[in-house]
Amino acid sequence: MAVETKDKVGVRRTTEYTAVTLESQVPAGPIEKRWDEHRFKMKLVNPANKRKYTVIVVGSGLAGGAAAATMGELGYNVKCFCYQDSPRRAHSIAAQGGINAAKNYRNDGDSIYRLFYDTVKGGDFRSRESNVYRLAQVSVDIIDQCVAQGVPFAREYGGLLDNRSFGGAQVSRTFYARGQTGQQLLLGAYQSLSRQIAAGKVEMHTRSEMIDLIVIDGQARGIVTRDMLTGKIESHLADAVVLGTGGYGNVFYLSTNAKGCNTTAIWRAHRRGAFFANPCFTQIHPTCIPAAGDYQSKLTLMSESLRNDGRIWVPRKQGDKRRASEIPEGERDYYLEERYPSFGNLVPRDVASRNAKYVCDEGRGVGDTGLGVYLDFADAIKRLGKQAIFERYGNLFDMYARITGEDPYEVPMRIYPAIHYTMGGLWVDYNLMSTIPGLFVIGEANFSDHGANRLGASALMQGLADGYFILPYTIGNYLAQAKLPKVSTDHPACREVEVEVETRMKRLLSINGKRSVDSFHRELGDIMWNNCGMSRNEAGLKQALKRIPEIRSEFWENVRVLGKNEELNQSLEKASRVADFMELAELLCLDALERRESCGGHFREESQIDGEAKRDDENFSYAAAWEYSGNVSRPNLHKEPLIFEYVIPSQRSYK
Amino acid sequence: MSHDTMDLTLHVWRQKSSKDSGGFVTYVEEARGISEHMSFLEMLDVVNEKLIEKNEDPIAFDHDCREGICGMCGLMINGIAHGPDQTTTCQLHMRVFKEQGITDITIEPWRAKAFPVIKDLVVDRNAFEMIIQAGGYISVSTGSAPDANSLPIPKENADKAMDGASCIGCGACVAACPNASAMLFTSAKIGHLGLLPQGQVERDDRVLRMVNKMDEVGFGGCTNIGECSAVCPKEIGLEFIARMNRDLIRASLAKGDSKKP
Repeated sequence: MAVETKDKVGVRRTTEYTAVTLESQVPAGPIEKRWDEHRFKMKLVNPANKRKYTVIVVGSGLAGGAAAATMGELGYNVKCFCYQDSPRRAHSIAAQGGINAAKNYRNDGDSIYRLFYDTVKGGDFRSRESNVYRLAQVSVDIIDQCVAQGVPFAREYGGLLDNRSFGGAQVSRTFYARGQTGQQLLLGAYQSLSRQIAAGKVEMHTRSEMIDLIVIDGQARGIVTRDMLTGKIESHLADAVVLGTGGYGNVFYLSTNAKGCNTTAIWRAHRRGAFFANPCFTQIHPTCIPAAGDYQSKLTLMSESLRNDGRIWVPRKQGDKRRASEIPEGERDYYLEERYPSFGNLVPRDVASRNAKYVCDEGRGVGDTGLGVYLDFADAIKRLGKQAIFERYGNLFDMYARITGEDPYEVPMRIYPAIHYTMGGLWVDYNLMSTIPGLFVIGEANFSDHGANRLGASALMQGLADGYFILPYTIGNYLAQAKLPKVSTDHPACREVEVEVETRMKRLLSINGKRSVDSFHRELGDIMWNNCGMSRNEAGLKQALKRIPEIRSEFWENVRVLGKNEELNQSLEKASRVADFMELAELLCLDALERRESCGGHFREESQIDGEAKRDDENFSYAAAWEYSGNVSRPNLHKEPLIFEYVIPSQRSYK
Repeated sequence: MSHDTMDLTLHVWRQKSSKDSGGFVTYVEEARGISEHMSFLEMLDVVNEKLIEKNEDPIAFDHDCREGICGMCGLMINGIAHGPDQTTTCQLHMRVFKEQGITDITIEPWRAKAFPVIKDLVVDRNAFEMIIQAGGYISVSTGSAPDANSLPIPKENADKAMDGASCIGCGACVAACPNASAMLFTSAKIGHLGLLPQGQVERDDRVLRMVNKMDEVGFGGCTNIGECSAVCPKEIGLEFIARMNRDLIRASLAKGDSKKP
């Protein structure tokens, strides 16, 4: 079908793509054998022919970095792009806790099946069973690979790998490297990538941002980038394009994401025909350091292991401004312990987050802003001694003290939930290919494995599974079969997209309004957080859906971006990203409005039992895949039904 | 928690591009009413918002994760790499200046021949990439690894390797060194891989190639001053440099290379 658009905010475009139906490509047969049989059935590219193919990888985090390195090793020509000055800086680096793998080194009853089961259940039955099973299967290979690369995982005195239990799992299957697991896994991938760069198999483009996707004859054939140092807008062509560009949590402005994390790559791909699935599935982390003032630029997460020993409370009285130490025991409300006697302070992330919001909404929040609850270690220090607490949480306590200027050994920590991860993303089939042939999406950027909620230590697992062990196979299957006529950068499609990008940059620079990009981003973030954050309702979402297009129009009339395109221009970079967040925000709210059930990270106030989330399998057991219609405000919804043959859906209860 | 504010005088290095000569610009009005709870980069955000309001080009600086791990940020603050708190610039908070009664702050980019200035406070650290590409890896392709527990590693060695591996590649060590040497950075990677059994096969080659590359891309030599370690936000110790020098001698003898230690 031909789609022509001329909506108010975007640039005009004409794209040809074929009407798509959602084919998940999930193999049949017993779940344990599906991936093996699928691998056998997939077409291979002859080793001597691999060098004839070029693959573009956007993003250099765990997914993108691992994929680029592995495809380089296989013999493909890879072009890898990242917006940072080095591939080593991708935001995967900030993951603290660990990586899950069904190694069963503890002999505590873990297995591939159990990891699969936990992940499907943890995702609140909104993920694809076959994908999750495969994830659990390859998890064991990831650990082997990383150890061989020299990732210094924590070890026991006997020299073997240490494990811990994480995020409420009943088995110890989490591998870790101090509180810097993400950093070490990323450096492993980065080092492998550096080896391929040195070998000439990967051409690395740093400080280079993908601004749009090139689709020729219905196939993804390249990207248009902006060189962030010179402003040069350029087409890069390939036989397939892989997006490993991470999540879109910064649509909320304040999140635990890096400042540069953005949605542009997946959003522009969406506008070119890739369906966007379950955008409303966003994860909120309960133990972040609260915002201190209007100038706050990002939020910092602290490991949720803190809840093992800290007790969460707020004053019983509204507006109680006394210091924590002056509030007697009887006037403290240990609300999680009271409401959830069996799980107490260890209720899942979403439950802990929502309850913090409720007590703050009641005017019982603590700190200057009233948006915080206490996480108190006084009892634990009394019981175990300061030394024991130091040994368990020393680095977290230091980090907290540095940021807030308060000593958590003396006064209770203040915490508040923050956006942390996005389970939604571009829709992909079992081969990790989007609805645009030749466009693959891996890691947090796709929607595939976590359903409505991601378990702790599973993000690293998925990024590396996709990058090392899944995509390199499935992309070969595509390349071996696709008809890929030779194209060059003087193809009219390239020039057309380049002109659109140039026009967009010129337009942003020529508005010369009164408000900074950040002020718009903050305003958008406020709306998203208040109306589509921890808890959502119809009235709030409708209000957001009214406000977002208004801010978006104001943005395009009143934003002030100084300087020019042909230089390092950080305001222009931000403006281009925020423009895309403004569009994604609307889709996110539409999806949240459409999903009139509570599940995982998505809590609809209209759908609850006794104050707890009520999932509605009868009506909503599907992945919502949104197609861009040419009008940002009126996307088309497609549904991929989710079928559970192995893990039978049940309702969660933590009381 | 109180919202005490401070009035600062900032002297910021402004340079339009690598070809311009650049110079200090003083900001007073834009740096008034800074909350002591701001991070250093949030302080610069506030200054930039005011500059944009006045139609002036905001100050360019590198940053990303703002939680002390990505290594993207890095400024010389009153002559000290990352400022007075031995942490990353993003984790430095304004209360440190308040406590020390400092209101005059000079902000410069990293200064090193191998890190040319791109604009204002942004420098090009590609020289670090080239050192890693010269051998900062173990040559193992995906899929060829044996079971992870088939190779026990003494906990002490794994922990020591992790100390080196915690390097974030920010470049503070180079900026702090009077010789603009990259010995701490290079030795941290060589130490990380050299302490592990997986890293033994390529150990000699690795140190020769990385040290040669380090010299080739324009970093200076080490004269044991120790400023690098004193500013390192991850507290990587000088013993990594000593270890690298030992490896270098060993490798030079083994390979008959004339490389000086």
